[in-house]
Amino acid sequence: MRIVADSGRCIGAGQCVLTAPDLFDQDEDGLVVLLTGSVATEADAELARSAEHLCPAAALRVTSGTDDAEGQPGA
Amino acid sequence: MSRPSAVGLTTGNAPLPDFPQLRTCPYQPPPGYRDLRLTEGPVVRARLYDGRPTWVVLGHAVARELLIDPRLSSDWGRPDFPSPSPRRKAIQKSTMLIGMDPPEHSAYRRRVIPSFSVRRTRELGESIHRRAGELVDALLEQGPPAEILRGLALPLSSHTICAILGVPYEDHAYFEEQSAMLVSSQVSEEDATGALMNLRDYLTSLVDRKEKESEPGEGLLDTLVHKDLADGSLSRDEVIGLGIILLMAGHETTASMITLSTFTLLQNPSQLEAFRNDPDGAGPAVEELLRYLSIGDVAMRIAAEDMTIGDAHIKAGDSVMLSAAEINRDPEAFEDPDVLDLGRGARHHLAFGYGVHQCVGQNLARAQMQSALTLLFSRIPGLRLAVPAEEVEIKPAQSGVQGIYELPVAW
Repeated sequence: MRIVADSGRCIGAGQCVLTAPDLFDQDEDGLVVLLTGSVATEADAELARSAEHLCPAAALRVTSGTDDAEGQPGA
Repeated sequence: MSRPSAVGLTTGNAPLPDFPQLRTCPYQPPPGYRDLRLTEGPVVRARLYDGRPTWVVLGHAVARELLIDPRLSSDWGRPDFPSPSPRRKAIQKSTMLIGMDPPEHSAYRRRVIPSFSVRRTRELGESIHRRAGELVDALLEQGPPAEILRGLALPLSSHTICAILGVPYEDHAYFEEQSAMLVSSQVSEEDATGALMNLRDYLTSLVDRKEKESEPGEGLLDTLVHKDLADGSLSRDEVIGLGIILLMAGHETTASMITLSTFTLLQNPSQLEAFRNDPDGAGPAVEELLRYLSIGDVAMRIAAEDMTIGDAHIKAGDSVMLSAAEINRDPEAFEDPDVLDLGRGARHHLAFGYGVHQCVGQNLARAQMQSALTLLFSRIPGLRLAVPAEEVEIKPAQSGVQGIYELPVAW
């Protein structure tokens, strides 16, 4: 399972960091940073999906595939 | 002006219901919204104060869909942009951030978000907690009776937004008064315009002063003046406009949430007891209070294009209003939505909005609510209302921010 974050869409709300601080952070500009690109456990996958759902800017995508094109939010 | 649509057959030829409507209990949505959602569905027709018909969104799923749809515009500069009250029209002349669409909005928001990040909020958390503690101590020292809005909630939120922006706290009484004029529905459009001009004058002189300082302070305004204004990427008007909107949005809302949350907890003794007994429960408790109270009740949009959402055929130029209070009581999104359950753990409420305009200060608001409520109820265990609950006066429907005017308490 992969997580893709689009910092171009990010609005810095911080919902992802609040939801899963082990998976997401914010950089100095307040924009999303992925701490890991792939999720190993089901518990982390659940948190990642929750962050995806809560993100107000649709800047996150959690995919089961490995195809790069699939992981591009807003593509 | 668009004609009322045929959606919502029960309104037929009958006059459309008003929007917004008055809360009859400070912590419950207006009962009229519930009736409308149950009889007509999640998107209904209503009428604004000036007679203009509007769509009103009352369902959670459709609200999420609409708030990220680029066809719905927040651009207050559009000549026919709708308003829920004459006074709000005055504020709508100050269009920074809230009243803009991407990409213009995104460029401004990017300049302010570093000051509101989770990390920056944590850095400020200790100072917020300490200030909340000092204010509660002052209440105890002064002794009962006391008043929560002026004694705790407003000074805490002013202190916090001053720290973020780099506004001298000694000026807080002045801009609190002006901001209150802007967000109070009891002042005329003329007075609201005057208050906006006063705030602009105040920030203009503050920006002038900061420009002359050789060493910039740590606030957001200091950064905007010494970086963005200095290198020409923002104009003085833009810096001042950002200051006004953040100052205004930053203290009235949080102060209202702290005051109304205190009232709501006092009215729900079993939940209050659970809150007191769970030192780690402040996070989820605050989230539930945000959902349950939804004080930023009205979001305004205008359709930039024709669009169909469910049964609603929204035409370009149509007004679209969203009621966060009713949306956050949608049983499709929250089980037993009318029950205040501090352990609920549901964070998908829309109390801070959704989409690119979601509240930039949301994490600061959470930090202030957590500190204020935890310290208030732990240090003053005998806290109680000093007046009958029915006498607590509710702000009118057309207030920018829902809530109560004051909360007298004793112990």
